[in-house]
Amino acid sequence: MSGEEGLGSAGVPAVGDEDWVRGPDDARLVLIEYADFECPFCATLELRLSVLDGPAAPRGVRRVFRHFPVRSAHPRALAAACAAEAAGRQGRFWEMHSLLFSAPAQLEDPHLWERAERLGLDVDRFDADRRSEEVAARVRRDFTSGVRAGVVTTPTVFVDGHAFHGDELRALVDALLRG
Amino acid sequence: MSVIAAGETVPAFTLKGDEDRTFTEADLDGKTTVLVFYPFAFSPVCTDQFNLYEDVLDEFAAQGATLYGVSCDSVWSQRAFKEKLGVTVEQLSDFEPKGEVCRAFGVLHPGGFPQRALVIVGPDRVVKWSYLADSPGELPGANLIFDGLAA
Repeated sequence: MSGEEGLGSAGVPAVGDEDWVRGPDDARLVLIEYADFECPFCATLELRLSVLDGPAAPRGVRRVFRHFPVRSAHPRALAAACAAEAAGRQGRFWEMHSLLFSAPAQLEDPHLWERAERLGLDVDRFDADRRSEEVAARVRRDFTSGVRAGVVTTPTVFVDGHAFHGDELRALVDALLRG
Repeated sequence: MSVIAAGETVPAFTLKGDEDRTFTEADLDGKTTVLVFYPFAFSPVCTDQFNLYEDVLDEFAAQGATLYGVSCDSVWSQRAFKEKLGVTVEQLSDFEPKGEVCRAFGVLHPGGFPQRALVIVGPDRVVKWSYLADSPGELPGANLIFDGLAA
């Protein structure tokens, strides 16, 4: 592997048309989050940051979600990421994202089908999409961009190109929630 | 103390690997080796450095590189660590005399454990690239190893 196909260092990609984005265009702060639906720390982060998406939230934060499924640590993370993408193809990415994080230990196929049904998705189409090459490539693209930007652990959040994880991320979230 | 630098030939060393096999400088011959030094088996972080490296092992193999983890833990601790993480990267133990190889490679922390470091050794036992993390808490990304392999 070499060049654009390789895994050598590169800056975190700017927010693009294919990204999953929440929050106002003119936000003063953009969080680019690399996360994994089977990671309990990611679920905790999501819970803490979810207040920023509510109607009473400050308007200044924009959140971008990128997939970083680490298969050897979390055997169902990739399947969950593909399920979120497949739901996204029926316009329900964020709803599936919330349902996945609400029960990170329930990610077997029947659990995924149940979520798809609950969201009113066309389950056959959901199932075909989540196993498709296109969806796998979409997830892989996020993962690769994370590896190239130096992501090692989840969750990792980039703000203005700087990576936050662990204690530093907790401090960042504390500061954001204080407003 | 600083990590062994590019262009230096690795010192003679003996580590213990899988099934208690002996791993020496002769095991580096004829291939590209990445030695991943890490402080301790078992880590409090969610996704470990080794889990990430495991997920891109195919890409390392495509570059002709073989990875090994190196710490001062016993082979038994390393084996349990590997099983817990669910990774295949072979672990090498620098247990007795403790830290001797880490010291020879310039990565032994004064606290008696390896600093997080990466050393790429070419087929001729000459160091191709090396990296020492600023602190044990810093987890070097896989991207750095790919940069080193391409250097």
